[in-house]
Amino acid sequence: MRTTIQRYTARERSNHWVVAIAFILAGLSGLALFHPAFFFLTNLFGGGPWDRILHPFIGVVMFLSFVALAARFWRFNHFTPADRQWMKHIGDELCNRDERLPEVGKYNAGQKYLFWTVVVTVPVLLLSGVVIWQPWFAPYFPIWLLRVAVVIHALAAWIMILGIIVHVYAAIWVKGTVRAMTRGTVSEAWAKHHHRAWYREMTGK
Amino acid sequence: MALQSLDIKARSATTTPPPRARNPVHVAKLIDISKCIGCKACQVACMEWNDLRDEVGTNVGIYDNPRDLSDQSWTVMRFSEVEVEQGRLEWLIRKDGCMHCDDPGCLKACPSPGAIVQYANGIVDFHEEHCIGCGYCLTGCPFNIPRISKKDSKAYKCTLCSDRVAVGLEPACIKTCPTGALVFGSKEDMIHHAEGRIADLKERGYANAALYNPRGVGGTHVMYVLQHGDQPELYANLPKDPHISPLVSLWKGVTKPLMSLGIGLAVFAGFFHFVTVGPKEVEEEETD
Repeated sequence: MRTTIQRYTARERSNHWVVAIAFILAGLSGLALFHPAFFFLTNLFGGGPWDRILHPFIGVVMFLSFVALAARFWRFNHFTPADRQWMKHIGDELCNRDERLPEVGKYNAGQKYLFWTVVVTVPVLLLSGVVIWQPWFAPYFPIWLLRVAVVIHALAAWIMILGIIVHVYAAIWVKGTVRAMTRGTVSEAWAKHHHRAWYREMTGK
Repeated sequence: MALQSLDIKARSATTTPPPRARNPVHVAKLIDISKCIGCKACQVACMEWNDLRDEVGTNVGIYDNPRDLSDQSWTVMRFSEVEVEQGRLEWLIRKDGCMHCDDPGCLKACPSPGAIVQYANGIVDFHEEHCIGCGYCLTGCPFNIPRISKKDSKAYKCTLCSDRVAVGLEPACIKTCPTGALVFGSKEDMIHHAEGRIADLKERGYANAALYNPRGVGGTHVMYVLQHGDQPELYANLPKDPHISPLVSLWKGVTKPLMSLGIGLAVFAGFFHFVTVGPKEVEEEETD
């Protein structure tokens, strides 16, 4: 029988997927207002005005759920000297020359970068979003601040979307990863291969 | 509202050319501040023609009433008491409202296709039924004109009576002005008319009299004759060199297509990485 190791608890998985669903909805409803090519996406939300009404509330859900998620995963994402070594081998990682990679704990440096990217962009999105939130908050801010906020909001969203594209692709690319977030477990072989230090810690082997 | 669907010069959130078959003459409203007596008949005419009724406010110690533009007040007189020279008080009264920029920042910022259109005659019009209430037009406008209604969350402003102009009438405010401070016609004629007025003002001691048709927004289809053309700020902070904020130009200019391209490229990069390098697989070893 194939043995598995628990990577995420049910609570962690639910929390992750609340963030993920909110991100997809906020992303689609936000892109709809970003470029005319995406305006058709407003139809998914019931038209332009509904898109505008719902987007900020979805954003707040994303923020709050991400705060909880970040609190859960914070301590696993501190950078270590080993991460610097790993980043030097990023080319090997991308070309599947895994035998040349240094040992990795629960997360590799790429995963940690994603974590911190989202830790920075989500609060920036919330703050800049509140400033331009019509009709509740925007009227209380001066127009020059609205101008600054729309640019920051777009930029932060863009960085986050790019980060999440990499995040999703990495999960598809590295076989055996998705089940960590869908079922909570990974195979021992997967853990041993990709996160050997974490594997030893978990199994004592 | 759109009566002239063939006469469109620009349309919000639209990347292909709008219908441009017809080429009507460029129109303009000229506001000669030196002739304005502040009677507010234009405000009344605007309300009457457009069926608007603002709330009756309270006196706040100045003549401005209503206090500010709103979804129900598309034009307001702004009264400024200034001492341009020591001991010589001047009462400068500026009819504020949409300037109908040739390069409209509101239209540039608007994300909803067709919510803002610029007719070929120069009028910039909001089509509220397409407005989604995001308030982006506020960030685009260099003159702080659009107002979001608290009742329906739609943006409103002066239409330059596009419905009247479309059928050959002058805007309601022009029709009612008792002193001839407001005139309307082709932009060319209005510039010519203004030149005569400016020459007259210069003769009467206003050496800096000038036409306000700011280049930063490509010129405007509402122009002022200012006695003190060198100091437009005297007129209730009329901007000296209005232009669309560089932040809005950045946001709705290069970043919009480049960022969209970046997102598309990231997805393609992933796909091609997968079909060339291939997935990272781990051989499952049997464990005992």
